This record gives sequence, C-alpha cells and structure tokens, in this order.
Amino acid sequence: MRIRKHHLFWPLAMLAALLLFNLIYSPDFFSLQVRGGHLYGSLIDILNFGSPLMLVAIGMTLVIATGGIDLSVGSVVAIAGAMACLTISKGSDQGSLGLVLSAVGLSLVLSLALGLWNGLLVSGVGMQPIIATLILMVAGRGIAQLITSGQIITVTSDSYGYIGSGSLAGLPFSIFLVAAVFAAAGLLTRRTALGLFIEAVGRNPAASRLAGIRSRYVLLAVYLFCGLCAGIAGLILSSNVSSADGNNAGLWYELDAILAVVIGGTSLTGGRFYLTGTVIGALIIQTLTTTIYMIGVPPEITLVVKAFVVLVVCLVQSEAFRQALVRRWKTRHYPAEREAAKHAS
Amino acid sequence: MGDWIGDLTEKKGVRPLLGMTGIYKHFPGVKALNGVNFRLFPGEVHALMGENGAGKSTLIKVLTGVYSIDRGSVELDGRQVAIHSPRQAQEAGISTVYQEVNLCPNLTVAENIFIGREPRAFGRIRWKEMNRRAERLLRERLQLEIDVSRPLADYSVAVQQLVAIARALNISAKVLILDEPTSSLDRGEVGQLFAVMRKLKEEGLAILFVTHFLDQVYDISDRITILRGGEFVGEYEAASLPRIELVSKMIGKEMEALEERPKTAGSARGPRELLLEASGLARQGAIEPFDLRIGKGEVVSLAGLLGSGRTELARLLFGADRSDQGKLRLGDSPGTIHSPRQAIDEGLAFCPENRKTEGIVDDLSVRENILLAMQATRGWLRMIPRRKQEELADEYIKALNINPPNPEQLVKNLSGGNQQKVLLARWLLTRPKLLILDEPTRGIDIGAKAEIQKLVLKLAGEGMAVLFISSELEEVVRVSDRIVVLRDRKVVKEMIEDDIGQQQVMRAIAGG
Repeated sequence: MRIRKHHLFWPLAMLAALLLFNLIYSPDFFSLQVRGGHLYGSLIDILNFGSPLMLVAIGMTLVIATGGIDLSVGSVVAIAGAMACLTISKGSDQGSLGLVLSAVGLSLVLSLALGLWNGLLVSGVGMQPIIATLILMVAGRGIAQLITSGQIITVTSDSYGYIGSGSLAGLPFSIFLVAAVFAAAGLLTRRTALGLFIEAVGRNPAASRLAGIRSRYVLLAVYLFCGLCAGIAGLILSSNVSSADGNNAGLWYELDAILAVVIGGTSLTGGRFYLTGTVIGALIIQTLTTTIYMIGVPPEITLVVKAFVVLVVCLVQSEAFRQALVRRWKTRHYPAEREAAKHAS
Repeated sequence: MGDWIGDLTEKKGVRPLLGMTGIYKHFPGVKALNGVNFRLFPGEVHALMGENGAGKSTLIKVLTGVYSIDRGSVELDGRQVAIHSPRQAQEAGISTVYQEVNLCPNLTVAENIFIGREPRAFGRIRWKEMNRRAERLLRERLQLEIDVSRPLADYSVAVQQLVAIARALNISAKVLILDEPTSSLDRGEVGQLFAVMRKLKEEGLAILFVTHFLDQVYDISDRITILRGGEFVGEYEAASLPRIELVSKMIGKEMEALEERPKTAGSARGPRELLLEASGLARQGAIEPFDLRIGKGEVVSLAGLLGSGRTELARLLFGADRSDQGKLRLGDSPGTIHSPRQAIDEGLAFCPENRKTEGIVDDLSVRENILLAMQATRGWLRMIPRRKQEELADEYIKALNINPPNPEQLVKNLSGGNQQKVLLARWLLTRPKLLILDEPTRGIDIGAKAEIQKLVLKLAGEGMAVLFISSELEEVVRVSDRIVVLRDRKVVKEMIEDDIGQQQVMRAIAGG
C-alpha cells in the first residue's frame, strides 16, 4: 500500500501498462539487435527520439514549479537548430570539429539569451508568464525563419550529426546528453538551496518574499535553464535530420513538455516538483507516439487516439477520480447485502 | 441576551423597516452568528461594530442573501421574508456597496449605473436617455456633477464609491448597506460621502454602515449595534454610548473587571541602547507620519483596533511596504529599508498577521519552513547540510514544543498554533535583533498562547527587542514595557511602564 503512495507509482504504472500493451500486440517490440556496434530496436528509438522532449520537459518542470509556464520552448528549439545549421553551412569545411563546436556554443548562448529575455519579462517587468513567453513563442518562429531566410538549411557534417544520431557505448549519444542535463538539474536543485527556493516561491510568493528570498533571481534562473534545455533539444533535433526547419522544428513541443511535467506529478499551480517523474512522463508520451505508429493507426486520427490515451492517463493519476470510481463501485454493487451486514453487526 | 437601550418602537411610533431576531448561522466548527438581533429604522444611519470574527460580515451576507440562516426571523416592512439569493435581496430593496468597488472600470459611469436595466426602445439601448438619467440621478441625489459618458476608471475611488451608491439607489433601495466605504478615502472624500449619507437619510433611506474608524462612527451614526464572537452584545443610541464603553464592549472587557498589571522589575532596567529609530515615517493611505524608537531588549506593543494602522506600521519597518516619506534608521547603519531581505540582513524578523497567506509555505515540510529564512540569508549556493538542517529543526521543535514533533510533516497538516511556532522558529534561527510579531496569538489555543507570551518575555530578557501587535489588551499589558497606541491610522499615544494598565490603554484606543 505504501508503494502506491509514492509519487512515481502512477507514472511508472502507466509506462508499464503501455509497454505491456506493446509486448502483447507486437512481440518484437522488445527485441534489440546489435548492428555495427550499435543497438537497434523500438526501445532505443523511444529513448533517442524522446530525448529532445525529455530535455525540454526537465527545463519546463522548474519553470512550472515556480508557478510559471514557458510556451516559447518550441520556438527556442527551432531557433537553436537554425543558428547551429546556419553557422555550419557558412563554414568551408562543414565537418571540422572546431566549426561544429563554435556553432553549438553560439546557439546555446543564443538559447540562454532567449531564456534571459523570458526571465526578465516575468521577474523584472512582472508580466504573467503565459503572456510573457507567448511573445517569444510567436515571435520566435519568425526569428527562426529570419535565421534560415525562410529556407530549410541542410548541412552535411558528420561531427554535427553525431549529436542527434551518433552512439556512445552502443547507446544513442542523445541519451547521455539527457542524463547529463538531468543530473545537472538534480544537483543544482537538490544539492544547493535552489530547489527549496523554487518550491517556496512557486507555492507562496508572498511568504517567500517576507522570508527574505529574492524571488527575482530564482525566476531568472529557471527561465535561463529552461532556455538552455530547449537549446540543447534543438541541437539534437536538427542534428538528427541534418537540417533546420524554422517552421516545423519543435512545433507543439511546449504542449507535450507541459503534459510530461503534469503526468510526472508536478502541479501546474507551482510548488513541489519531480524531475524523475517528468522524465517518465516524457517517456510515456514518446512511447505512446511510437506505439500509435507501430499499431498502424491511420495518420488522420493519430492525434485523437493520443488525446484519448492522455485523458485516461491523467484520470487514472488523479486521486480524486480514483476515489470517486471506487466509491461508485462500492455503492453500486449489492447495496442490499451491505444493508444486511449493517443490521447483522 | 444583550442590552436594548431606548426602545424606538414606542418613542418614535415608527416600526423598524428591517428586523432581524434570533439569527443563527453555524459553519462547521464555527458559530458565526449565535442569536443575533438587528433592527434598522427608516431614516437612520446604523453602525454595525465588532472586532475580527465578531460576525459583521456574516450578518451582512445573511442580509444580502449570500448565506441562508439556520434559525431566526427576518422581517422587512413588517412582513416575514426569507432571502435566499442576492437577487432576492435586491428585489426586496436591500442594496450593498462593498469596500472594494465592484463595478466595471472600463465601462462608462452611466453604463455602470444602468447595467442590466438600460432604458430601451425597439430593442436597442437609448444611450442619450441613459446618460441623461444617470446625470440627473447623480446630481439630484448625490450632488455629484460629472461627465457620465467617461469610463469609470477615469474617476477617483471616492467618485467610484458614489457611483456604486447611485447604482444601488437606482435599484430602488430601501436599505443601503455600506461595508467599509471609507477605508480607501481621504478626509475630504469622507466628508463628501457623509454629506450624501445625511441627505439620503433625510429622504428616509435606512443605512447600515460598517467601519473601523471610531471617529466616523460618532460623526454619522444614530445608533450602534455591537457584536462580539458571533454574539449580540447590544443596540445603543450613539449619543448615549461613551467611546470607552463602545471599545470595551467590542473587545469584551468590562471597565470594572479590569485588573491592574502587577508591576515587574522592568523599571529597574537602565537606559537602553537604541536599536531602531523611525522619524516621520509614513505611507499614503496606510499610516500617517509617526516617530518610533525601540531599544535593545525592549518589548514594545502596538495597541489599537483592527484597521487602526498597526499592521501597516509594522510592514513599513520591515520593508514589506515602501514608505513614501520619513526616515528609518537601524542601529549604526544609515538609510532606509527597501525590502524584507534588506531588513532581515539588518537583523529584523517579521511574523505576519496572515499566517497562511504570508507566513508558512504549506506544501513544504516543517523542517523546510523552519530553515527558509536562514537559508535565504545564506544564499542558494551555501546550502545548510542536511544533517545540520535536521539538528536545527529538531532543536527548535523541542524548544518550542511543536506538535507533532516530526520535521518531515507537511506544515499544512499542523494546527494554527503549531504553524505559528514553526514561523517563530524560522525567525529565531536567524538570531534577529528585533522580532516583529503581528497577532502571533490570534486563532490559537490557550496553551500555545501562553507559551508564546512566555517566549516573548524570555527573548526580551536575552536582549532581543520585540515589537508585539495584538488585539488582546490583557496580553498587550502583560508583555509590554511600552505601548504605542494607534487610532484611525495615526500614532496617538505612547505609554510607558508606569501608566500601563488596561483601562488607560483602552481610553487611549477609544480617544475622543
């Protein structure tokens, strides 16, 4: 019973249920093959394709914990990819490591700057987060278009391609990036007092201010971090397809990320946050997407199916819903018997 | 049953327009109204008085149909009525103007007055007719000449207040309820409002007036009904109820029953080292300029009724609100305090009045709540090691007797008294030079109350200065070396040890 109280129980149970479904429906879902030193298989695909979402969702978790939201992550993903691809495409030797590193550095600095912009609007100007980040969500697509001059920039660089499709020790390199960011986020929030400040500011800003927390810097920090996470995700995405599409890269990522955070157990009202839960939430979403493709749902209704499963996931996770269900069940069955038992005792 | 002074029924030969008798309204765990009576005659201003939790707002909500009563009778115009919804109340002729004007600032004055009842012809609104009617209504009944076609937001709160009244009158009110209408008005505006109220009174309207300002009560009201803790204390003619009696009835202390405080050895203490000095500190609309000096190890209390400016004064000292004039000096450091953080760095600590909204972070554990302020002063990088955190939490849980003694319990699961102790622990951990406690004992049980009072005296003995705010006179008198009395957002008197007694304090609070 105690294990069911743990905040990771329901997200893990949902993930397990999805995997179980796949096991029954397509037994080779779990098969892994080694080809040329790399692992191949659906599970690896889920990890690889899910890594940008996991990154964005990790950043989003901290923003949501402060009671905010960052709608601009999808646009930042596009901008970061566009910036990196543009820099590489301008170079004489696209494969050179120096060029790729400077491209990566440049787009990460740009992502931080975009995060700073969001952070300043929220903490300095005092704008509502949903509005403040909506600005960059809309304008950011334009900025990405501007960088790519409205074209899809294609690069031919093995070094750059490594970020999104290379592998290390048989596993996709992107997984290691996720692990590194996840560890960094964990260390930053749990080994310093930042996590406590984030939770305090998110749950009760007035009390936090009177307790001496400078919420302005806390807010700035989370939006910066969220921008950086989105930037790295943008690099992975564009590297994976060796091109930058200002229009479609990272489209609707903000919504999947918010969903992952919520499935992971962090409340949209701010306060307590769960980074591990978020990662599991992102995996659930990615597994679901993969599953829908695998079982051959017609493309025109995939979103409907996805929405339906997400609804079920959210309902099952809701304690209030589960209790209501249990009550219904108990009162509906054999009321006469219960009545009799009452009289007998 | 309370006092009934002067039976108007016989004297004037008029029947009350509104008569509420034996009203009961219970909420889970709270007896909000316990057999309350209230009468309102046509052509009078009737003040409803009481401290926090007395039942004033519940009574108003019952009258306006927001709550329905458990027991009791309401008569309007001699007929028994049952008011079940705000709409019914309006139709019965009971209109309310709330403290926060609830009109639409983006609509014009005329639209605000006529919203939902616009004059129409062939299905369309007759704008000119509406504006003309609005102008006439404001001019004739409220002596207000303004351009009614401009948005409400273009006018001051005082005018907005009058527009709200105009709207109420337009719904053919017989009873007008004004719930703290003056709290955001300046002196001139209050005068304007009162002129309007007097005129309406002459026209036969019955006005129920709620305010925290004693001067205003005596300025305008004919009669006063006092509630305390949900009970009916009595109904009095304003002219024959001395201020001091009004105050003593509100806070529930009979003059005769007051005991003098046994003098402590306090006077033996020598001159104190100055810790904080405020000169001419003020904030518009919150508190008028005041001087205050607090020395090391001194317990200074702020006494006054609710809304007298006690909390506002404390918030200025702590930098929670910005002052707009005057100086504040702390110890040797010059300059003023601009933020709570700066105040904390200078050795101040502040337990706010609203524990839930401004004190605890309810989703965090007891340990995290206790450590919050100390960690904030250390910055995010230098986290207090986990083992040290647990030691400190355990130490203060034991010292303050926090129950349950589990540092990992979420603070929201604790009782009010224990939450208060968690807040105290949070501040004691920062070793402040001056601890500001705003109503630290409100809503907590007797045992915890006594513990907190004892703690205050102990801390003062150790050299910490304490600024203590409380509505309970007994408590104020028991713990303080010095009492600063506030009334109507002004510091009106400072009393030192020898003349501290509940009677004297109460007299100062009542003033006049």
